[in-house]
Amino acid sequence: MEIVLALGIGVLIGSGVWLLFRPRTFQVVIGLSLISYGVNLFIFSVSGVQIGAAPILDPAITDLSTYADPLPQALVLTAIIISFAMTALFLVVLLASRGLTGTDHVDGQEPTP
Amino acid sequence: MNSLFPHLIIVPIILPLAVAAFIIMVEQRSLRVAISFTTVVALLATSIVMLLSVASPEANAVSVYRIGDWPAPFGIVLVLDRLSAGMVALTSVLALAAYVFSLARWDRAGPRFHALFLLLLTGLNGAFLTGDLFNLFVFFEVLLAASYGLVLHGSGTARVKASLHYIAINLGAASLFLLGVAVIYGITGTLNMADIAARIPHIAGQQRVLFEIGCAVLGIAFLIKAGIWPLNFWLPPTYSASSAPAAAMFAIMTKLGVYATLRATFLFFGADAGGTVDYPSPLLLLGGALTIVMSSIGMLAARTFSRIAGFSVLISSGAVLAVVGAGSEQALSGALYYMISSTFAVAAFFLLIELLNRMRGTVAAPMGPPVFEDEYQDPYEDGPPGDEVGVVIPAVIALISGGFILSGLLLAGLPPLSGFVGKFAMMVGLSEHATIADWILIALLTVSSFTVIVALLRIGIETISAAKENTVPRVQGVEFIAIAGLLTVCIVMTTNAATVLQYTNDTVSWLHHPQYYVDAVLGTDYRAGLEAYEGRK
Repeated sequence: MEIVLALGIGVLIGSGVWLLFRPRTFQVVIGLSLISYGVNLFIFSVSGVQIGAAPILDPAITDLSTYADPLPQALVLTAIIISFAMTALFLVVLLASRGLTGTDHVDGQEPTP
Repeated sequence: MNSLFPHLIIVPIILPLAVAAFIIMVEQRSLRVAISFTTVVALLATSIVMLLSVASPEANAVSVYRIGDWPAPFGIVLVLDRLSAGMVALTSVLALAAYVFSLARWDRAGPRFHALFLLLLTGLNGAFLTGDLFNLFVFFEVLLAASYGLVLHGSGTARVKASLHYIAINLGAASLFLLGVAVIYGITGTLNMADIAARIPHIAGQQRVLFEIGCAVLGIAFLIKAGIWPLNFWLPPTYSASSAPAAAMFAIMTKLGVYATLRATFLFFGADAGGTVDYPSPLLLLGGALTIVMSSIGMLAARTFSRIAGFSVLISSGAVLAVVGAGSEQALSGALYYMISSTFAVAAFFLLIELLNRMRGTVAAPMGPPVFEDEYQDPYEDGPPGDEVGVVIPAVIALISGGFILSGLLLAGLPPLSGFVGKFAMMVGLSEHATIADWILIALLTVSSFTVIVALLRIGIETISAAKENTVPRVQGVEFIAIAGLLTVCIVMTTNAATVLQYTNDTVSWLHHPQYYVDAVLGTDYRAGLEAYEGRK
């Protein structure tokens, strides 16, 4: 389980970073989204990988260590909302840049060879 | 009053947030201006009351506000200490000046200006006041979201191009921030900064290494904001592309990175942490020194006012970071003084640039076709007749040149103004028990003054003295009031240098005793309890 999660985070962030360094604005947006997915999974995993642990207090279970840690879930929720909003904003700026400069290069102009 | 005072701490966050939400619904411009102006003034008054409450040496130097009255490590706390009170006051003064300046033209360039401006203040004040690491992230994002809007304010190709890079860099930095926070949470099991500081001595072995990696990742995120070389290439283009009042407000945003670095360094790696990382950090010293060198070179190469201003933002944060890295207590006090003075000076300079560019005739550059048809209004297209006061103030060029000379002296750190006092205090502090690195830093501070003077003299002569034909710019009274206000604050800081330096001295000695911060947030017996608990394990 841990190895699958680690590989997933690694692949997401690795591809995200590669796309982030590409010259087209759309690739950058996708790269940033992939990085944020990877980061969200990472936050989720820091409290330890647990399967089938109860997230909500159950009077029958008294041992607190068998519960899932609720805090990373709250953090991930916040992080998802923020990265979602920022991606939407970035897309608007991307379109504005495409409209104003006539190119989808991140520098607003095609590189001169 | 006494019973209400504790709630004052949350006012700088709640007030602009609520007003920003409300003001979007207000259609009438004059009403919008009246409401936001009152808010900004109220924020200034609040921040001064808060500053005075922690200022006197014998006073209780810290007050803690528990949001929703949840006990400390579980709920989010706001912490008002000397450092955060000073930063909030700095923000409020700057905000008033930038806001007054924007009333002349810029607030009309887009209907959301007032709301964005107030949201930026919410984010800044929240980031300075919060005592929770994840909450810090949230406020970083609030102020960044507002700043994206403000960079784009006025639209145009240059702004869109600059903000594309700015947003991408900051989204990357936000990811690093989250990674760092996640690692720290994984190791310590808490996000409350005081709680983390209390738990650090009990982290051992491999956990300790992981914790320090988390802090390093977090530190990179802070330093991107602070504009340390080589993470600062985004800054000069962005700041020079944005409109004058927005750029003036951004002068405080690099200081937010410096603030976060200071806070985390002293809490997590201060004297009591018992860690393996040396607190006087040679890396920070090196990074700060390289920032000064590279920005000085960049400044000499710059050919426009706004790029020079962008590089002077970098020089000032580089100087403060280097002094933090050098680790001298007295020099740090001088650096805080210098940070306050240089923030005002840079902001005044950004505002002045607008007038200087009007004089140069370079503002009439085509702003490009509107992106959003319904929201667009060129601030340089004058409104209907009688809408604008448009007084051509006599001797306007003399006033502009006077402001230019004053802000130049402040930026370069030459006597007799506060820039010099700050630089001198840093040098005196560094020269006690100085190592070779300290001497090199002193030399760099001196050389950077020289490069600022060269760069400013060259472009100043070109624009003001040697220009073939100067158009006398139309300047409105409020624009002069804003710039004069900022410069006056610097002059008052010079004449009352002893008072301000006393405050920064107190701040530094407070920072050097993180156990007081921990005790104030968590209660005095928390650390002993933690010790007993860790001992039992």
